[in-house]
Amino acid sequence: MGRYVAKRILLAIVSIIIVSAITFFVMELIPGGPFNKEKATDPAVQKVLEERYNLDKPIGTQYILYMKGVLHGDWGVSLKTGRDIWTDITSKFSISARLGGAAAILAIIAGIIFGSIAALTRNKWPDRLIVFLTTLGTAMPSFVLATLLLLVFCLKLKWLPVWSSSNQNYTLPIIALSVYPMAYITRLTKTSMLDSLNQDYIRTAKAKGVSGMKVIFLHALRNALIPVITYVGPMIAYILTGSMVVENIFTIGGLGTAFVTSITNRDYTTIMATTLFLAILMVIANLLTDIAYKLVDPRITFN
Amino acid sequence: MQSMNNEQVELKKRQFLSSQIDLSKFNGKDFTLATDEEKRQQDVMGESTTFFKDGMRRLRKNPLAMGSIIVILAIIIIITIAPHICPYGYAQQIMVNGVKDKSASNLAPFEYSMMEQRYMDSSGEKVFPHIFGTDSLGRDYFIRVIYGTRVSLSVGVVAAIMVLIIGLIYGSVAGYFGGTVDMIMMRIVDIIYSLPDMLIIILLSVVLNERLTPVIAGTPLARLGSNMISMFIVFALLYWVGMARLIRGQILTIKNNEYVLAARAIGTKDGRILRRHILPNCLSVIIITTALQVPSAIFTESYLSFLGLGVSAPLTSLGSLANDARLALQSYPHRLVIPAIVICLIVLALNLIGDGLRDAFDSKLN
Repeated sequence: MGRYVAKRILLAIVSIIIVSAITFFVMELIPGGPFNKEKATDPAVQKVLEERYNLDKPIGTQYILYMKGVLHGDWGVSLKTGRDIWTDITSKFSISARLGGAAAILAIIAGIIFGSIAALTRNKWPDRLIVFLTTLGTAMPSFVLATLLLLVFCLKLKWLPVWSSSNQNYTLPIIALSVYPMAYITRLTKTSMLDSLNQDYIRTAKAKGVSGMKVIFLHALRNALIPVITYVGPMIAYILTGSMVVENIFTIGGLGTAFVTSITNRDYTTIMATTLFLAILMVIANLLTDIAYKLVDPRITFN
Repeated sequence: MQSMNNEQVELKKRQFLSSQIDLSKFNGKDFTLATDEEKRQQDVMGESTTFFKDGMRRLRKNPLAMGSIIVILAIIIIITIAPHICPYGYAQQIMVNGVKDKSASNLAPFEYSMMEQRYMDSSGEKVFPHIFGTDSLGRDYFIRVIYGTRVSLSVGVVAAIMVLIIGLIYGSVAGYFGGTVDMIMMRIVDIIYSLPDMLIIILLSVVLNERLTPVIAGTPLARLGSNMISMFIVFALLYWVGMARLIRGQILTIKNNEYVLAARAIGTKDGRILRRHILPNCLSVIIITTALQVPSAIFTESYLSFLGLGVSAPLTSLGSLANDARLALQSYPHRLVIPAIVICLIVLALNLIGDGLRDAFDSKLN
């Protein structure tokens, strides 16, 4: 176990280093430097500026210096607003985290419930309805769903207000973000539930006279949930990228909107920092998922 | 003859109660050849089918998959034929009698602009209707949806083929040679697998935009735009790992079969064993995964287009159309709903076809 965890952590660190290297060196591909303006800068001033921002050093050294800064919480300043990126990211991420966290919890709980219902009523109407809805849910991109929800419930029916900082209503964005992972978890739970209902230990439990409810919840569902754990990492990645468009559509001022704005503004330092931040989050989420998966299921061997 | 006599001698009953037939009591006339008809009566086997035919038979029994195939075929036929019938171009603003029609923007489906109405009244000729209306720049929306569907579908198919080729080569080499080669190749896959692909696509699209635009200017690629090319680059760099893992796993199980050992024993070369013996046996998995790759690529493309990183204007894709429609969401909701429905329909149908193929061709996955 210890060896597996160590190996997995090593892999995560390597991934983070690679992502940061890709972001850094890709940014170097952009033609023109940050001090290239239409009006020529005085060469002496240019030299001082380049020294101040380490731009005169070889690119490898620049990368190491940048990473040192990142580890010390110095993520640079935005090219457009001039504000410190790290404070910007952390303040905006709190909004995104609330939204994404709620969507993840909703997706997991509802997915498990629907999946179990579908497995227990196999080939009857609740199962068929759930299968139909999940197939539809996985075929709809989050931005389509988000825009349609906004159109129908906020603009046409006016049941819910459009999001504003004074009137924060997260209902629709949470639904828009959670439908796809919910559909996926439903499918996953259904297959693994059907699989575990066919196991010998279920028959044994039933033969011993354990009540039906107890068999389902204590014996079948507990084992059926193990594959669901593996999806938590990818789900977090999906929600993080999905929230970029969903936040944008509902005009929520979270990290997603900030990222999309920085793309349209070509605010390269913010793009770089946000990419790195989200990538680190995703890698950590995947790491924890993998470790949790191995911890929960004692049948898995560690090699 | 000599040997037969010998046998007959040996076959003589040794014990009185034995049920052994005493052949010495029979002569040649008692044994006649079976006629062809008699042989046929013995033949109780069904007609032999190939793997492909068997799978197709099962697929044809799946109404959902067949319906989806019909839907996809219908969409393909429409997007091939429609540009020949519809007299408008995807980038062309409506003209009446050679004059740009300023009243033709934001028309509702099947509505004619004032100029077109006047023209029809005066000349008596029919103007081709705007089936989905027009957009804010006065372009026919139907033809834009058609071209958007063309772009989205071809992006999906090209991406899937790229993933297939790279994943196939990488996975089969790793799986077949095994050992250290496999170890190193799979560590690389592990690392790529843990990279956040969507973020890297966004990053590359943003950056390559500036670099690639002058490079591809003037080539046919310029019409597609640098964003699409960076998306393909990222697909080629990152998306094949799932396919490579799957194929490697398949090959690891298949290469331990006796027929592979037999082929190797008679000195068959590695490449030939891979091509002739191993790959045909993992064909079903390859087909299914490729089929499911298409909708996922369409998803990615529409998502990027929605972020404004899609094909360059005036060419469009379903995602870009949906994105453009957001500006006038309240007044012209049909401009969002139409591309949204087409995306959902394509992705849904392709998913169902993929599932149907899996059920039909891969008994192990059931």
